[in-house]
Amino acid sequence: MALSTSLRSNLIKPLTALTALSSTHHLRSPFSSSADDTTVLTIETSVPFIGHRCEPPSRNVETTPKEVLGFFRDMALMRRMEIASDSLYKSKLIRGFCHLYDGQEAVAVGMEAAITRRDCIITAYRDHCIYLGRGGTLFECFSELMGRQSGCSKGKGGSMHFYKKENGFYGGHGIVGAQIPLGCGLAFAQKYSKDETVTFAMYGDGAANQGQLFEALNMAALWDLPAILVCENNHYGMGTAEWRAAKSPAYYKRGDYVPGLKVDGMDVLAVKQACRFAKEHALKNGPIILEMDTYRYHGHSMSDPGSTYRTRDEISGVRQERDAIERVRKLILSHELSTEAELKSIEKEIRGQVDDAIARAKESPMPDPSELFTNVYVKGFGIEVAGADRKEVRGVLP
Amino acid sequence: MALQTNKPLNGRRRGQSKRDQATLQNGVVWTITAPFALYLADQTLRRSSAQVRSEEAKMLGIVSRKVLGQSLGRIRPAVWALRNYSSAEKQMTVRDALNSALDEEMSADPKVFLMGEEVGEYQGAYKISKGLLEKYGPERVLDTPITEAGFTGIGVGAAYYGLKPVVEFMTFNFSMQAIDHIINSAAKSNYMSAGQISVPIVFRGPNGAAAGVGAQHSQCYAAWYGSCPGLKVLSPYSSEDARGLLKAAIRDPDPVIFLENELLYGESFPISAEVLDSSFCLPIGKAKIEREGRDVTITAFSKMVGFALKAADILAKDGISAEIINLRSIRPLDTPTINASVRKTNRLVTVEEGFPQHGVGAEICMAVVEESFGYLDAPVERIAGADVPMPYAANLERMAVPQIEDIVRAAKRACYRSTAMAATA
Repeated sequence: MALSTSLRSNLIKPLTALTALSSTHHLRSPFSSSADDTTVLTIETSVPFIGHRCEPPSRNVETTPKEVLGFFRDMALMRRMEIASDSLYKSKLIRGFCHLYDGQEAVAVGMEAAITRRDCIITAYRDHCIYLGRGGTLFECFSELMGRQSGCSKGKGGSMHFYKKENGFYGGHGIVGAQIPLGCGLAFAQKYSKDETVTFAMYGDGAANQGQLFEALNMAALWDLPAILVCENNHYGMGTAEWRAAKSPAYYKRGDYVPGLKVDGMDVLAVKQACRFAKEHALKNGPIILEMDTYRYHGHSMSDPGSTYRTRDEISGVRQERDAIERVRKLILSHELSTEAELKSIEKEIRGQVDDAIARAKESPMPDPSELFTNVYVKGFGIEVAGADRKEVRGVLP
Repeated sequence: MALQTNKPLNGRRRGQSKRDQATLQNGVVWTITAPFALYLADQTLRRSSAQVRSEEAKMLGIVSRKVLGQSLGRIRPAVWALRNYSSAEKQMTVRDALNSALDEEMSADPKVFLMGEEVGEYQGAYKISKGLLEKYGPERVLDTPITEAGFTGIGVGAAYYGLKPVVEFMTFNFSMQAIDHIINSAAKSNYMSAGQISVPIVFRGPNGAAAGVGAQHSQCYAAWYGSCPGLKVLSPYSSEDARGLLKAAIRDPDPVIFLENELLYGESFPISAEVLDSSFCLPIGKAKIEREGRDVTITAFSKMVGFALKAADILAKDGISAEIINLRSIRPLDTPTINASVRKTNRLVTVEEGFPQHGVGAEICMAVVEESFGYLDAPVERIAGADVPMPYAANLERMAVPQIEDIVRAAKRACYRSTAMAATA
């Protein structure tokens, strides 16, 4: 696996020549930039985009100090939540499956920066951070993971089934690849309803070989659906490296007649630029594939140590060279958008928020036994149902 | 609606030379005999409407008794189109019933759309969606490529967003390619999301055996889908069932599997004005007692209802009065109706076309044992398809699906009237 080498010099030397407005930023004191939403910074992405059947967008991404600090905060929150979930799983408060997203935060955060809550996102089972990005709260996340009724799915879904329909988040799916046709269906409905919005259907390099992906992509292209397929290529499908699973691991090209873009998924600004570009494209020209080159620090799930099929050197290498949060930290410090101390205090605040949410979630109740029989149908007609012993436990479907 | 005796609108069918025929635009076939029509016209002119209605009721009584004694498929009861009559008997094929139901629901709700192979330009592989593309356009009637997993997933995703897709499988055998989306993406979503993601989708198409199509095209999926919580599974028999249940399915906010039967598409059934109304709807989860009886209960769904009714006629000649239950709804199963019937007759025969093991009949038997064991005077009898993949050769195929004589024999066994049993005693 080739690690992309990003030169630190890219971050330290902003391209001030390209925008007249950014020359004012070094006159301000660092502490005032935290709320600054007006200064436009233009940052160059780590690596250029590579296009397939399309002209890639510019490497120069416009942003503001407020947005960049927001990136830092959001990604740090996601990172902390996933690490805390690791501990909860080990202390058996989280059961079953737990697929952690730490390492890939830039994809979730960069995407949110480019879209609205009326655009839709659908993903697979590595969904905790996407849920958070879509407006979910820490308390809802931890409650759901621990199976409490205050969870986002009232404790009935679990780790793989987080949803927030009112904010355009459609889950949370356990079957590898199924979310792609579903995402194309969401895009179909958006076009049918003339909403002028798009759907981002996210999947991994493991799912990229699924037949239903190509079936759905064919229809999306035939019918010009505003569907954006986002391959989060973390280079491993469970324990199988991409070169062992795919004859062609150039996932952005796999759409053949569908345009694609390869993006450094550890660079939040590159992700933002790519998603903005893809949204514009999809609304005019139909489907497009984005391949996010990213990495997960944890194994596939909590049952997988993640070190039997990859070396510890590789993992620590990515952490040192490409970590998304570190990249943003350096960006912030080099542009003097904030200080080391302020960033540390943000991280401390985040730790506090996470600990607090966990404590509250631990105290919150399990679902009432009557919830066993709710939500089977929207309209149950009062049908009788039974538990394991039909003579003992009976319910009525409302 | 005016009587049109001289000018058939859609042309006559072959073999109809003795009768004048007018086909109205909604596909209802009106068949009248000229002398009878003249008689009725004369009577109406002479009498008050109340008198005429009671006459008509008597005539209907005669007609309906005759109908019971003969196969429904061959009967064309006389119909009259005189404006004053409110309870006229019309005929409608199952195909037209389904087509009209789809048409009306698409007209009433712009969120309803149809997708599947050949549903548009081809007018439907079995012509169920005839005329719909022309009426509603390619945005609402979508011809899909032959990619069930893909288009079923797209349909379910559209339902997540709030549209109301009707996904057609050319036969339910092909639904196996998409079964993950039906079960995991559609049936379970409302539960897993605690009510956030509802899936108002209908999956419809022909189910079960056709004629001579072989093993891969003949399986019945009622038991498979019927076991899955989160799905509703319906199976119509008559045109009234087809119209009422399809409308109910499309209006229902949950995923519905709608199991039709290819061999029933062309069959005509009498249909009332109430059924023809665009607001007509049948309740989901309620069976229909097609024929009342005292001695034995026979449950069936889809094509087997017709066979059971014919079996009932044969049994009646031997003094056995069979109660025929048309299940209409496989899930939820109308166990209250079935139990009430068994408590009355004390004997039960379940009939289905599909494989016997873990089948619909097995579930009905258990439901009755759980609720009404004390009322059973005989073991429950089960008639089902043979436990083999469907053979092609006509004689073997005939042995692989239930025939009327199988139902008769089972009913007699349940009534302890089987001569074979007496011989081995």
